Amino acid sequence: MDGYAGKVLRIDLSANQIIKELLSEKMCAEFIGGRGFVAKTLYQELPPDTDPLGENNLFIIATGPLSGHFLPASGKTHFGSKSPATGGYADSNMGGHFGPALKYAGYDMAVITGKAAIPSYIFIQDNTVEIRPAKTYWGKGSLTCEEMMKKDLGEDFQILTIGPAGEKLVKFACISHDFGRQAGRTGIGAVLGSKNIKAIAVKGTGNIPIFDLEKAYIKGKEAFKKVSEKPGFKGWTPEGTAGITDWVNEVGAFPAKNFQTSHIDHCHKINGKKVLERLKITDKGCYCCPTPCGKYGKTKTALGSAFMEGPEFETISLFGGSCMLESIEEIAYTNYLCDELGIDTISGASVAAFVIECFEKGLITKEAIGKNVKFGDFDSVVYLLELMSLRKNELGDLLAQGVKVASEKIKNGSEKFAIHVKGLEWTGYECRNAPSMMLAYMTADIGAHHNRAWVLGHDVVGAATNVHDLISAGADSDTRPKAVIDSEASAQFVIDSQHTRPAFDLLGCCRLQMMELGFEVENYAELYSVITGKKMTWDDLIKVSEKVWNLTRMIWVREIKDFGRHFDYPPVRFYEEPTPSGPNKGYCISKKEIDELLDAYYSARGWDKNGIPTEKTLNSVGLKI
Amino acid sequence: MKLKFNHADCSGCGVCKLACSIKNFQLVTPAKALLRIQGLFPEPGVYQIHFCDQCGECAEVCPTEAIVLQDGIYQIDEDECTKCHLCVEACPHDVMIIKNEDDIPAKCILCGECAKVCPREAIIISQEQIAEECE
Repeated sequence: MDGYAGKVLRIDLSANQIIKELLSEKMCAEFIGGRGFVAKTLYQELPPDTDPLGENNLFIIATGPLSGHFLPASGKTHFGSKSPATGGYADSNMGGHFGPALKYAGYDMAVITGKAAIPSYIFIQDNTVEIRPAKTYWGKGSLTCEEMMKKDLGEDFQILTIGPAGEKLVKFACISHDFGRQAGRTGIGAVLGSKNIKAIAVKGTGNIPIFDLEKAYIKGKEAFKKVSEKPGFKGWTPEGTAGITDWVNEVGAFPAKNFQTSHIDHCHKINGKKVLERLKITDKGCYCCPTPCGKYGKTKTALGSAFMEGPEFETISLFGGSCMLESIEEIAYTNYLCDELGIDTISGASVAAFVIECFEKGLITKEAIGKNVKFGDFDSVVYLLELMSLRKNELGDLLAQGVKVASEKIKNGSEKFAIHVKGLEWTGYECRNAPSMMLAYMTADIGAHHNRAWVLGHDVVGAATNVHDLISAGADSDTRPKAVIDSEASAQFVIDSQHTRPAFDLLGCCRLQMMELGFEVENYAELYSVITGKKMTWDDLIKVSEKVWNLTRMIWVREIKDFGRHFDYPPVRFYEEPTPSGPNKGYCISKKEIDELLDAYYSARGWDKNGIPTEKTLNSVGLKI
Repeated sequence: MKLKFNHADCSGCGVCKLACSIKNFQLVTPAKALLRIQGLFPEPGVYQIHFCDQCGECAEVCPTEAIVLQDGIYQIDEDECTKCHLCVEACPHDVMIIKNEDDIPAKCILCGECAKVCPREAIIISQEQIAEECE
């Protein structure tokens, strides 16, 4: 099948059974790849009442038809499971080189079930697939483990690992790859840990068949050329995602002190320029990426020195804002620590900030924590990261469940400032004056994540625009007007974005050339057609994306018995506490307005008042459920 | 043609390797590329491009003298090759490969495709060479 490697790898760890089967042409036609494969396989194969950390859960790795091909940034790999963090649909993706290597080895997708009898790793070299003991690697940090495995197996193996947090089933444990790339969200690292799998190593030396190689190569070259001609190619690339830090703070969307407010005064110390000045050694690119956002560097702090990739924007905003660290070196060190321990920087920082606020409010004692903690204190943050990742005491055990579970235990009003949706911690944008972005977080299909619909630009300038143009224009004032909420317009804009951005996750390539630089989406439809030989317009792809969005919603409906509208609300803080300072001082979005946003969203999606897709809608998008 | 390599500008994206395999072998198979990118991680955190510098060690070890120097480029005469693969083992940069279809080695012949596709100018066609060609 052109464009695809052609096989699915099925590994049952309990039975020690490895099966290779042909990739289904029907699945490719109906779900394209990547996230589509993940959602379809989860819906079809996940047994009822599966414990996310039990043997029956699926761990899925999926590439897309454009993964590994000659076009800008074809290195995305998708992972899927039932989430330990939320109990609902989970997918998380990462850049790097793993997915292309898996395709060159001959596999578009791997589905891993069961549990290995002993700590193990999976070895894949073309046709050779083995489950091997991981005794020497178990217990090691993610980065250390990758370094050891590269030495043992060879530099040309692509490695993904979990850290000690994944082994200890921390519910926001991540997967690490290429010394700094992570599939960070939804706790899929814990799923791998629950299966006794420390790592997966892959080396592929095969060919991916292609419909019209000559034409695809020409079109690929044209795509690289077009990207290089975008202003953002030279304007956005040097700092990568860290380059947006100042803009987010200027428009009052920076998460400060566990989202108590939305602006910080020390932004100039932790922005993208500081990453370049104080940390960076080299740009670090994902596969075939002409605009590498990865900045690899070295940091030196009072608690130690480290080599690390990053920090990118989310890590800067959560550690520099929510935890209030004022030094880019310290933020970089926490980034390194999260990577080595194997936790998501977003959730890790959010849990740390939550604990500090609880401590300040007298809801957690010094004795329970083990020491005094405060915002802006590097020692406190590092201590808390190790406490939660290694489950060092009773509180660490609780924090390893994430802020939702922790707040339900701590109670006494802490639920109001546990910053999450559906159990997944909120990422780096404060939204009390950003109704579209707020709605995007509320309805993202893994919990509070920004990458399904990054629509903050829409809230600020009132129109669709790319990130490079946004940050180039800057904020025009120290204060912002209160947003006029147009629920129908916000809902439609969020929905359009929720279809557009995840469409890249179907294809298996990065969206940043489109989002950050404005590289036109039609190019991808054309590349898909010449690579696979199947005609498809961008609108056709968006229809598949809408189908997958409805399918992921139905996974939530099936897996969580009382799932519905109440799972889509933001933290109470965001509708009861007006922003106390900064450009958006005095603003918040009321509960009534939150409900109006949800009503408009459900209506536009063809879902009922409780947020459940109707049978008519499911039929209209092509799902027979 | 001469190539220049600016290792510090390499981001490890590997597009050069993919283009090499497409251009030279009509394969989407970067493992068959005639150059290598080595990531030196976690320390010192840089990339090293390994490439054929036409050193001639492959020709030195070839028992049938199937590798000959032509216009500054060592080229394999496939009719003379006995598929012993001594050249591949001798390559000090580990940038020769063995073709699947006929078991015959392949090496870089300075086609320049890697430089043409590199988005960061980490591999460039030598300006002196371009100047000479213009003359």
